[in-house]
Amino acid sequence: MVSKTVEVKNVQGIHMRPAGMLVAEMKKFPGCTVMLNTADKKAKATAVMQIMAAGIKCGTQVEITADGENEQAALDKAVELFESGFGE
Amino acid sequence: MRIYTGKGVYGAIAIGKISIFSRQQIAITKLHIEDIDAEKARVQAAKEKSIAQLQEIYEKALKDVGEANAQIFEIHMMMLEDDDYNDSISDMIESKHVNAEYAVSVTAENFSEMFASMDDSYMQARAADVKDISNRIIRNLSMDAESENAMSDKMIVCADDLSPSETILLDKDKVYAFVTAYGSSNSHTAILARNMNIPAVIGVGEAFLNKIKNGITAIVDGYTGEIFVDPDNETLERLEKKQAEDIQKKKLLLDLKGKENITLDGTKINIYANIGGVDDVKSVLENDAGGIGLFRSEFLYLENSSYPTEEEQFNAYKKVLESMGNKKVIIRTLDIGADKQVDYFELDKEQNPALGYRAIRICLTRPEIFKTQLRALYRASAYGKLGIMFPMITSVSELIQIKEICDIVKTELSSDGIAYSEDVELGIMIETPAAAIISDRLAPMVDFFSVGTNDLTQYTLACDRQNSKIESFCDTHHEAILRLIEMSAQNAHKNGAWIGICGELAADTTLTETFLRMGIDELSVSPGFVLKVRDKVRSIDLSKKD
Repeated sequence: MVSKTVEVKNVQGIHMRPAGMLVAEMKKFPGCTVMLNTADKKAKATAVMQIMAAGIKCGTQVEITADGENEQAALDKAVELFESGFGE
Repeated sequence: MRIYTGKGVYGAIAIGKISIFSRQQIAITKLHIEDIDAEKARVQAAKEKSIAQLQEIYEKALKDVGEANAQIFEIHMMMLEDDDYNDSISDMIESKHVNAEYAVSVTAENFSEMFASMDDSYMQARAADVKDISNRIIRNLSMDAESENAMSDKMIVCADDLSPSETILLDKDKVYAFVTAYGSSNSHTAILARNMNIPAVIGVGEAFLNKIKNGITAIVDGYTGEIFVDPDNETLERLEKKQAEDIQKKKLLLDLKGKENITLDGTKINIYANIGGVDDVKSVLENDAGGIGLFRSEFLYLENSSYPTEEEQFNAYKKVLESMGNKKVIIRTLDIGADKQVDYFELDKEQNPALGYRAIRICLTRPEIFKTQLRALYRASAYGKLGIMFPMITSVSELIQIKEICDIVKTELSSDGIAYSEDVELGIMIETPAAAIISDRLAPMVDFFSVGTNDLTQYTLACDRQNSKIESFCDTHHEAILRLIEMSAQNAHKNGAWIGICGELAADTTLTETFLRMGIDELSVSPGFVLKVRDKVRSIDLSKKD
């Protein structure tokens, strides 16, 4: 398992659009479980409802873990999305 | 006539007949089922059908409102394929032997409640998205196609609420406006309305729906959020006029936004905006002004019950400078006294306040107030393109004192290690005849002049502008005023300074050509007049002699 902690840059937090983008990208790694962990919530990076329900706000520290096939590539992709502010 | 009020989400006026949006309500009954696999297969089929429908809606949205707004339907498809959501439905069918409709409806309730209970209004509004996709599955389980609300004429659509897909499926050519009893301005419906350029008012309240009938005439004012049902003639006339002006204004916007302020013969002029507070910046940008030519700093003092701190002022100036990016922002220092009284300044009552203790006269005799403002201004200068303008100047010595204080402020900031821009422009208002007459002496000491025509008129013509009895004597086009402006312009240019006009005359399009011929470099007007003046400038040909 690999992991990295990132900070949410999107002003509106992880709302629908970023959640949708993350899910779409993470579904490209079917053999790998990617999780988002905050201080009090957990969400699977392929579950759009869970991510939204986690209500992750701007400035929150999120630990991303990836476990399984291609875990490093999956983690890198997720980190890249967070760090680019999901293109916003 | 009855008036209802909600939240306007797209500013425009619509007048037309009401059509109440109806949708087939499906009563959900809980049934006991034996064949679990068959029931799960029904859900699967309905889900697939829903995804196919959403794909079509997505494509329509892509065409109508663009990719960024169409994305919601892509996410709706994702939600339909969400594991938690689907597991919840299958689990219910398996463990409780209930029918598909019931399982979907309970799952929808649970998920939307989860969103509704979140502490963030954006997430709360997502409950509607869950309901929207779930209703689609249920509809597909029970019957075939989405019921279309057939409308023969153009109508004002009224509904309890509209889901994003219902909104996008409305035939734009047949909708004047829509009004919903519920909904928030965060809803996608509101966002889509804005992008479809349809006037919309949401959250009007339940009573509204019970009181209206199909076919009644109504007016929707998307600016104020008002709906006039069965309007009287006076209201109808008033709103028709407002509608016509609105259309005219939007046409100007469309035609002139992004265009240069240039005459037919190629002479350019800057058109900036006057503002009185931080919130006005939005309309400055909307109206495509090239900068802010007059930011009245008085609001900071008028809205406070004691002297605004350096920090409060700094934050307000910084915000405006940042919002304007690399466009120029000219902030005028404190201009109270006379007509703008502030209690905590404890100014004495005066016989003649227009000629009294005001503006720069207060600043130079109470330098602690002045220095606080200048420190805030210089600190903010690091965040944009700042010009500082001083009001009510009548002499060279005042300007010498001002510049000394500015230098002290800058030296103090440097020694405190606080950043400020070295390129701050300093300018003065030309609003007293004295300043215009000695403009040859003042110009070498400044970067710019800005003519305040309101005060210049009252001081030159000895006419109190508050006194309506003498209005006919107060000729704003008086030759004396125009000569003073022209003289100031010549002296500015001889000394490498630029000159603008920020009083009401700047927006007087009967004078635009005169100002252009004088070589005025900038006109600063209320945001709403920027495009009107641009329109005028673009019609003028200075190569033709008048």
